[in-house]
Amino acid sequence: MYYDLSFYRYNERSILISWPEKINENILNDILNFKKTISEKSIKQIVDIIHAYSSILIIYKHTIDNFNDEYFKLKELYMASQSSVVLKKTTWEIPVCYDLEFGVDLKFICNLINLSPYDVIRIHSAPVYTVYFLGFLPGFPYLGGLDSRLFLERKSEPKLNVAKGSVAIGANQTGIYPQDSPGGWHIIGKTPIDLFTPKRKPLTFIDAGDKIRFVPISIKEFYKIDALVKSSDYILKPIQSHD
Amino acid sequence: MTEVIKPGFYTTIQDLGRLGYGAHGVPVSGSMDMYSAKFANLLLGNTEEAAVLEITIIGPTLKFLSPTTIAIVGAPMRPKLNGIAINNNQPLALKSNDILSFGPSVNGARCYIAIKGGFNTPLVLGSRSFYEGITEFPKINKGEIIPYLSIDKELAKKNASLKYDETVLTTKFLNVSFGPEYHLLSRSQQDEIWSSQFVVSKFNNRMAYQLENLIDNDAKNIITAPVLPGTVQLTPSGQLIVLMRDAQTTGGYPRILQLTDKSINALSQKTVGNYIKFRRIA
Repeated sequence: MYYDLSFYRYNERSILISWPEKINENILNDILNFKKTISEKSIKQIVDIIHAYSSILIIYKHTIDNFNDEYFKLKELYMASQSSVVLKKTTWEIPVCYDLEFGVDLKFICNLINLSPYDVIRIHSAPVYTVYFLGFLPGFPYLGGLDSRLFLERKSEPKLNVAKGSVAIGANQTGIYPQDSPGGWHIIGKTPIDLFTPKRKPLTFIDAGDKIRFVPISIKEFYKIDALVKSSDYILKPIQSHD
Repeated sequence: MTEVIKPGFYTTIQDLGRLGYGAHGVPVSGSMDMYSAKFANLLLGNTEEAAVLEITIIGPTLKFLSPTTIAIVGAPMRPKLNGIAINNNQPLALKSNDILSFGPSVNGARCYIAIKGGFNTPLVLGSRSFYEGITEFPKINKGEIIPYLSIDKELAKKNASLKYDETVLTTKFLNVSFGPEYHLLSRSQQDEIWSSQFVVSKFNNRMAYQLENLIDNDAKNIITAPVLPGTVQLTPSGQLIVLMRDAQTTGGYPRILQLTDKSINALSQKTVGNYIKFRRIA
């Protein structure tokens, strides 16, 4: 099916295309297909394409002289994109240590939602999450599919220093901080895996549309993997490619 | 090569920025005041891509270890060469061991040093622009050595027709278009935005400028969506946040206005306590 898209001139050099405002895998798939169609056209004037849950921002090298021309071109491309094709994506198992040493907000949220740490870990590591997009920080994955028992409003005051690798919950989403940074999400664990490697390819092994499972590990395993990651001897293998 | 004797308040290497990595969550970065940075390169006959030093509020003290030519453009910060006052907006030939220093900023927040051929720090993802987690350092440090290409040839005489447009330093007007969520604002909120003088708060940096005035607001957040440098967000508490060059790629606050490229340059020259006013472009 095709969605009724809206096109908006965002600034001199970019156009925003919006889908219905929902977190939904069909919309994600449609966005990724459209994005692929645009990329394959390799239109020289387009220098970047950023997408989030229900929109794409297309950034051009130069000022767009005629918005209507571009609008018709993009609309034509959308109608030509194979929205019914489900893109081939990868499932990743991310090791996470939920020890209180790393899950610095675990105690607080257990009290808040009246669950034991054991339950929170069990509920958080059960689903297969969908990566909707990377944003906020280089390599930060926005994951959908969180169990509603773990929905938590963001902190009213962001924490100034969230450690790299922290696994956290913000509203109905969960994600991983790829570097030390300020952050307003609740931290429940930590992964030793590098999510963003500017000097290596791929920059981010996780891609929009991929699936993620969190696998609980002990603190001992954490440090073992951490040492291997630091000496570049750890390669996270995908579990499966699914059609 | 340049030796950093004093790093200044916040000095970084910048160029046109990192394009094409937004899908990985990588910010664009690049010179905050792109106009002044490009003008500095132009004075030296460099290409626009040449990397410059961006100085913020308090300038560094630098020792140039080999002959070169530089140009200083942007906020006037009382630059001195070996203790003697020099001017902005002209090429300056330097000898080995010349020392460049700065006083406090007189007007404006950022100033650029371009160097013949450009500063030669490593390219990461197609850009030399510093950004935490991408380049080795987020800003330059004392004792650091910054490479540049050395030249021994005299430059061609400067192009007399080049004139620096000071309005980037002096204007308080920011030209904006409507953001995608402008229509969510009530009539009185819209009136407030066009009629108020806004004050730049102390929370201003390469990532974002927060404004002090609060607007009555009970609007909800939006589903996380793409943002760009120059996007003005309205937080639930009624604060305006203007995203700048190091902005994140996505955000969840309503995007009510969008600054033009020129106005991003102008806001980059503002600092805590400065006034700004939004002006709608046709």
